[in-house]
Amino acid sequence: MSGPSAEQLAALAALRAEAEARVRAARGRDALQQLRTDYLGRKAGRLTAILKGLPALDPDARRAVGEAANAAKAAIETLLEAAERALAPAGSEAPRPDLTMPARRQWRGALHPVTLVVDEVCAIFGELGFTRYVGPEAETERNNFTALNFPPEHPSLEMHDTFYLGEGMLLRTHTSPLQIRVMEAYRPPIRVTMPGMCYRRDPFDPSHAPAFSQVEALAVDEGITFVDLKASLTYFARRFFGPSVRVRFRPSFFPFTEPSADMEVECLICHGTGCPACKGSGWMEILGAGMVDPNVFEAVGVDPERYTGWAFGMGPHRMAMLRYGVPDIRVLFEGDMRFHDQFVDGG
Amino acid sequence: MNASLRWLSDLLGVELDAALTRDRLTMLGAGVEALEPLHGGLGDIVIGEVLEVRRHPNADRLTLCLVDAGGQAKRVVCGAANVAAGRRYPFAPVGARLPEGLMIERRTIRGEVSEGMLCSARELGLGDDQEGILELDTAAAPGTRLLDALPIADTRFVLEITPNRPDLLSHQGIARDLGAVLMRAVKLPVIPGAPAQRPPRAARARGARGDAGGVPIAVEDVSGCRRYTAAVLRGVGVGPSPAWLRNRLAAIGARSVNNVVDATNYILFEVGQPIHAFDLAKLRGPAIVVRRARAGEALTTLDGVRRRLDPSMTVIADAEVATGVAGVMGGAESEVSAATTDVLLECAYFDPRQNRATRRAMGMSTEASYRFERGIDHDATPEYLGRAIELLLAVAGGHVDGVPVDVYPDPIPPTTVFLRDRRIADILGVEIPRGETERVLTALGCVVAPKHERLAVQVPAARPDLTREIDLIEEVARIVGYDRFPDDMRPYRIGVVPDAPSERVAARLRRALTALGLHEAMTSPLGPRADPRSPEVLNPLSREEAFLRSELLPGLVRRVEHNWRLMQRDVRLFEIGTVFERREGELPAEEMRVAGVLTGARRPPHWSEPATPDLDLFDAVAGLEAAVAVALAGAVLEPGSVGLVVRDAGGRAVGRAAELAADRPAWAAPLVGFEVAVGTGGAPAPRVRPLPKSPAVERDIALVLPAGLRAADVETVLRSAAGPLLERLWPFDEYRGAPLPAGSRSVAWRLVFRAPERTLREVEVEAALQRALTEVEARYGVRRRAS
Repeated sequence: MSGPSAEQLAALAALRAEAEARVRAARGRDALQQLRTDYLGRKAGRLTAILKGLPALDPDARRAVGEAANAAKAAIETLLEAAERALAPAGSEAPRPDLTMPARRQWRGALHPVTLVVDEVCAIFGELGFTRYVGPEAETERNNFTALNFPPEHPSLEMHDTFYLGEGMLLRTHTSPLQIRVMEAYRPPIRVTMPGMCYRRDPFDPSHAPAFSQVEALAVDEGITFVDLKASLTYFARRFFGPSVRVRFRPSFFPFTEPSADMEVECLICHGTGCPACKGSGWMEILGAGMVDPNVFEAVGVDPERYTGWAFGMGPHRMAMLRYGVPDIRVLFEGDMRFHDQFVDGG
Repeated sequence: MNASLRWLSDLLGVELDAALTRDRLTMLGAGVEALEPLHGGLGDIVIGEVLEVRRHPNADRLTLCLVDAGGQAKRVVCGAANVAAGRRYPFAPVGARLPEGLMIERRTIRGEVSEGMLCSARELGLGDDQEGILELDTAAAPGTRLLDALPIADTRFVLEITPNRPDLLSHQGIARDLGAVLMRAVKLPVIPGAPAQRPPRAARARGARGDAGGVPIAVEDVSGCRRYTAAVLRGVGVGPSPAWLRNRLAAIGARSVNNVVDATNYILFEVGQPIHAFDLAKLRGPAIVVRRARAGEALTTLDGVRRRLDPSMTVIADAEVATGVAGVMGGAESEVSAATTDVLLECAYFDPRQNRATRRAMGMSTEASYRFERGIDHDATPEYLGRAIELLLAVAGGHVDGVPVDVYPDPIPPTTVFLRDRRIADILGVEIPRGETERVLTALGCVVAPKHERLAVQVPAARPDLTREIDLIEEVARIVGYDRFPDDMRPYRIGVVPDAPSERVAARLRRALTALGLHEAMTSPLGPRADPRSPEVLNPLSREEAFLRSELLPGLVRRVEHNWRLMQRDVRLFEIGTVFERREGELPAEEMRVAGVLTGARRPPHWSEPATPDLDLFDAVAGLEAAVAVALAGAVLEPGSVGLVVRDAGGRAVGRAAELAADRPAWAAPLVGFEVAVGTGGAPAPRVRPLPKSPAVERDIALVLPAGLRAADVETVLRSAAGPLLERLWPFDEYRGAPLPAGSRSVAWRLVFRAPERTLREVEVEAALQRALTEVEARYGVRRRAS
């Protein structure tokens, strides 16, 4: 094909593209009429002019350019007709849109409130150098109890009403077996948050669920002390609940930590004056923590004379209920769209 | 455990403040569940002395009394039969409020004015006795506030005691902890009315047999009963307890039974030592044998239940039969009754493990077993027996017959623990002065002796939780006070554990699926059996929650049905969670999955679009594609027998998208969903291609596809035949119906041609298109639709 014909084809494509764009952008019947005249007008239409010039071309070029020009003409014609149909009835001017009418929205999804809590907890500890570590929900009695210094047949086992799978296996009652797993997989220094689903034999009621999430954290290295535990958890509390929240640590008991502590923050409802939510004490229990018990280190072959550590565990379901004012834990399992819709913004 | 503030105050010899004590107990590790003021509602009640009693002129059963309640004497109409001149009673003057809220007003009763009310115990919440008004034995002047005259105003703490601290199951133990902080020693209060002379101390028997007041005591089950002390009291008068004892028990919510039972309960709550009283006359022999139960033996316990015994249980027997379950519950037959005159008091230390085994085999738990199985003080057994004797003599009279006996054949050696100063600092992060450590441990009852760089600490028998160095370090931290440790951030080393890849993938999945308009759900992984390989829970809450799930979709479908029940038509949920598969002899296999369910309008209804179309299978496929792109490298989607199947790089089916069966109301839209296994990640970070500078050329073609020919197959042929100039193509329309042959359809594709770095020539495009059309006709007999 000769050069001029290729040039013409390119010019034709550009003309077609320009016309299509202008038709799409055009508003109002007059504008469309003007475009029709500009491109397809019998006298001065720009496409008409190309068609009129066809006889002057050599046969090959005439055929190629002609086909393309006719296709372009048909396409522009179709677009113009569609645009004219879309307009309001002849004679009326296009009205200004009423922008108080609702926007054309899309469905937007929300994260589960428990995910929001877990992610925030892990993110705050991420600021302190903690990574995320996970493990299985079905566990051995050894990882869930024995290695965590639960004496066999001891009353402390009754704190954990357990679902058993048989043959020394069970559904983990807390995320603490992950302490065993991570310490058997890595040597210190260890700094991990460990979220996951846990199970206890509690029927669903307003504050219990047979399956619930926990987040655990573990820091093990040389020279880690109770002061580090207090510092890290106080940092967490201030980041999570607000910079001015009051925090206190009180003695508690967990077989796998010693000294053990419960961290409480001033009641989020009454701010310390005492109310039914905090049983009048002005404080709310947020998490359990403590220094890793030497027997736990022994169980995983870490020298307790060389390494020390601290750990905590908390319940994101309860945190979510506190933070978002959810009155009944079962709501978190129901998947009611009207509940989750409320977490689309601000989640 | 309920504790009385007044009781604790008596043990420490100081008036404790309720709110401060609550905070102190909390900071010592005894969680205060509740703080209940007792009898605070009696503030308006005063002591009234009846000066004169006359018959009511207009009523047979009423009297007209003149009452001195301080100030001018009041005229009071009284209905009680026991009112007598010269006696003192609680008096509610006009304007006073009773505990239940009733306001006393000046009233006229049968024509006589009454200016107040003489009160019964029941009206004041001081007991169930409603046989007349409450006669007071008090020297307080008329008009004195009742609460100032009687020691009944108190505060009850409801404490949550952790299982490692059995010593806190008594007032003495709680007071010892408080005393360590308050720097005060604990002293058992003098028992009102106790004989001046202390009863004889129990004499240690030789071996496992002894004698108390002529009653032979034999311990046969030496491992189940480590120590058994007993005393015989004769001439005891069973009857009501004195007011102070009743008030004490009432303050902690315990019911008064009679003086003997109340005395044993008092010792239980005071020092944590369960005491049992046998009616000596009911013991065959009389003798006491501590042994294992015999096969086939049975016993009716105090609660009136006939219980079968077996040799796993330790029992207290008389010369012939079991008459009590050791450390759990006594027998009904030997129970102290109103006719009892001679009593055998038992004060023992039962082995915690054996006690637990016994009470579990019995399927019961009592105040006594709760303490024995956690471990009580095995050193103080004779002292506590002495205290029980003193109390019993004080409230029920009688005398000790002979010398109490202490059968302790195999004494438990004291526990000594070594504590290093350096280790305290290693754990607590703060140097604690040696003197402070010694003071704390001594206050808790330890005997401390310095030895080189460490302390040799002999721990009290009441603290079975103190066996290791770390246990003592916790005690130091606890008594020093957790709040006195600093909380400044110190330097730390970064850990060596990498972020779990699955957590990163889960986070990307959440972003992808919420962007598609799905809400994240969290369902319980426990459900009914859905798959023969589902792991089964041996002790489920119900049959409906007896198995671990093997798929996420069934749980999500139930959530959709829940929304439908609430008339919610538009439901879009996803879940990321674990599914399980049973494996023989090892932990179940676990797999992280993601699943989504969609039903209802495709987008929020809008005024510009009168009928919003409903979500359909292609929306589920979009969710599946998004999930696979994020979660699973190298996976392909292909039509399956139902819906679409995902195959991983190894060809294994790992996911699907399909229409889902559900309990669907007529007005609901079709339900579609998807589920796929989550791998360690999908598409890698992109390497950006240079953006094209040359123009593209578009061509539309409509092809008529016979039934059964898949668009993707046609596309494959078009693409390979058209060659590299074909940049991309996609179907933009599908049409079925006349004039097309039945079963066939017309699918229209848009093809975009482009040559990088140059402008395409028309003839090149035309040639490529023709090659594609020729090839697809040759392969599938497919032609362009005639226009």
